[in-house]
Amino acid sequence: MRPFVENFPFFSIFLALVAGILCATLKRGRAAYFLTCTVCGIITLLSGAVLAYTFQNHLRFSYIMGRFPIPYGNAIAAGPLQALLTTTFSLVMILALAGGQRDLFHDILPEKLPFYCVMVNMLEAALLALVYTDDIFTGYVFIEISTIAACALVMAKDNGPNLIATIRYLFMSLMGSGLFLIGITFLTSATGYLLMPTAAEAVARLRESGAYLFPLTTAGGLIVAGLGIKSAMFPFHMWLPDAHGGATTTSSAILSGLVLKGYITLLLTMMLRVFTLDFFQETGLTNVILLFGLLGMVFGSVGAIHEHHIKRMLAYSSVAQIGYIFMGFGLGTTAGIAAACFHILVHACCKPLLFCCAGRLSTVSAHHHSLKHLRGSAYRDITAGVGFTVGALSMIGIPLLGGFVSKLYLASASLPSGYTFFVLLVLALSTVLNALYYIPALLAIWLRPSPQEEQALLADAAPEQLAFDRPFTAAAVVLILGLFVLGILCQPIMDMIEAGLALY
Amino acid sequence: MLDTILQNRFAVTAVLLFGVGFMNLLLQQNLLRKVVGFNIMDSAVFLLLASLGYIEGHTAPVVEEGAAYAAYYINPIPSGLVLTGIVVSVSLTAFSLALIQRIYRRYGTIDLLELMERAKKEDD
Repeated sequence: MRPFVENFPFFSIFLALVAGILCATLKRGRAAYFLTCTVCGIITLLSGAVLAYTFQNHLRFSYIMGRFPIPYGNAIAAGPLQALLTTTFSLVMILALAGGQRDLFHDILPEKLPFYCVMVNMLEAALLALVYTDDIFTGYVFIEISTIAACALVMAKDNGPNLIATIRYLFMSLMGSGLFLIGITFLTSATGYLLMPTAAEAVARLRESGAYLFPLTTAGGLIVAGLGIKSAMFPFHMWLPDAHGGATTTSSAILSGLVLKGYITLLLTMMLRVFTLDFFQETGLTNVILLFGLLGMVFGSVGAIHEHHIKRMLAYSSVAQIGYIFMGFGLGTTAGIAAACFHILVHACCKPLLFCCAGRLSTVSAHHHSLKHLRGSAYRDITAGVGFTVGALSMIGIPLLGGFVSKLYLASASLPSGYTFFVLLVLALSTVLNALYYIPALLAIWLRPSPQEEQALLADAAPEQLAFDRPFTAAAVVLILGLFVLGILCQPIMDMIEAGLALY
Repeated sequence: MLDTILQNRFAVTAVLLFGVGFMNLLLQQNLLRKVVGFNIMDSAVFLLLASLGYIEGHTAPVVEEGAAYAAYYINPIPSGLVLTGIVVSVSLTAFSLALIQRIYRRYGTIDLLELMERAKKEDD
């Protein structure tokens, strides 16, 4: 008899799917919204229980779906790292929903709100499944579910430019999933299995015999390229700024903070569990990932410097941050991957905080988005101003905040590798570039405009939008605390990540 | 050389078709043609998967009255994957067609370059 807690990963995926179906039947948007938040809360608790159970007992368990034993059937695998990721993801999901609540009710027609919640629930289910799955094809199916849900979240704010951003996002995603699909087809043709443990055994046997090395490398390359396109790896990031910058606040926060991480986690699982790191290093795939990561860190920031639309600036900054994560993977060592995992957590807290605060700052500035119209907006909502400042400082890498710690771990992970010089150079360059666009943004929101300008700006702002926003304030405070926790209590969290990686 | 190609004729066709579909999806500016490209690309993968599980002379793995003869059946797992893949591909096609229809109603064109210019103007 297995311990009851081992059912929780499956329960959480199932719960999110059921909540999605229930939301479709609800008529009132508010009811659907609260149902979604409650379900995300329950999932956070369930994942927290899994985390405590796996971390304390130092184990990873595999949960077979149905009654078909491995090599057939379908399975879920959960260890400390998976549980840590799902706990963070579902917690951030609630905070993003709360932080953008007012914008959500403003941007989306009331009769469409239940459908929006359906998509949020589907996305939650897809994220959980991408993290927990032990079957490659299940991974593919949930990639597509999350594609549809993410596109629906972008187009929810029903205006022209958003529709066009959505269709570009959709076609880029289709390309990515097409490459992933043909990649896993090559993998099956070489290994015969798609369940990760058996596929891994087959890969190990093939590597020993030296047969089919070329198809395996091709499969690995296609999988990296496919998931790279979907998670906005550098040369494939063109769709991201429009899609993430134009959507409503909650969508931007969820897409930038969480959805990209789902694909990255699947890539990590494929790297560690199926192909193994040695294989990626021998075939040079890690070098490709490292190169694109480094380029992304620089060019994402360069794109952000040219941007005056605050949300699009944050979207470009996501490209750079994804670059950091890929750089960690590209180092090809456990230390590099642990640092990248830590950065996944930091970015999952930091970017939703920035997006929610940016959304709130533009709400109190009569829904203007360009930096010059946001002058002095921090004084109109102090929490949003402080939140944006903390987030920006963490992105730049100020000590005590999460961003500093992940940069430190990334830098120290690069020391034993052969690329120390380049990695440290780009890390320093990217820090300077980050400061180059975040500091002007901070100055813009904290410098008071002249009274006439402010009056002219606020003339067409509705008074209820200027009023105190309780859910937003609560969410921002929690996210700020989260960044400080990641920055100060980094060691226990790193222990969990390392334990998770050792058991992967 | 020719023998190898003939032996792997399904794989060769699939890779060619995949390339055609992928380039269409990447380079076409007409949104509907992009959708067609996506469908060609996915069909190529299904062809490859179906040919992987097929064994010459064997039949569909339908078990009759509890008696299973593994030696007579083709490998059912790739066929199962094809079925799932088709479902995914159909729903994505439906979603993108609905989105294209909506864009056409609003802008009266489905040319991506033109649409992007129009969106830029609207943004300013």
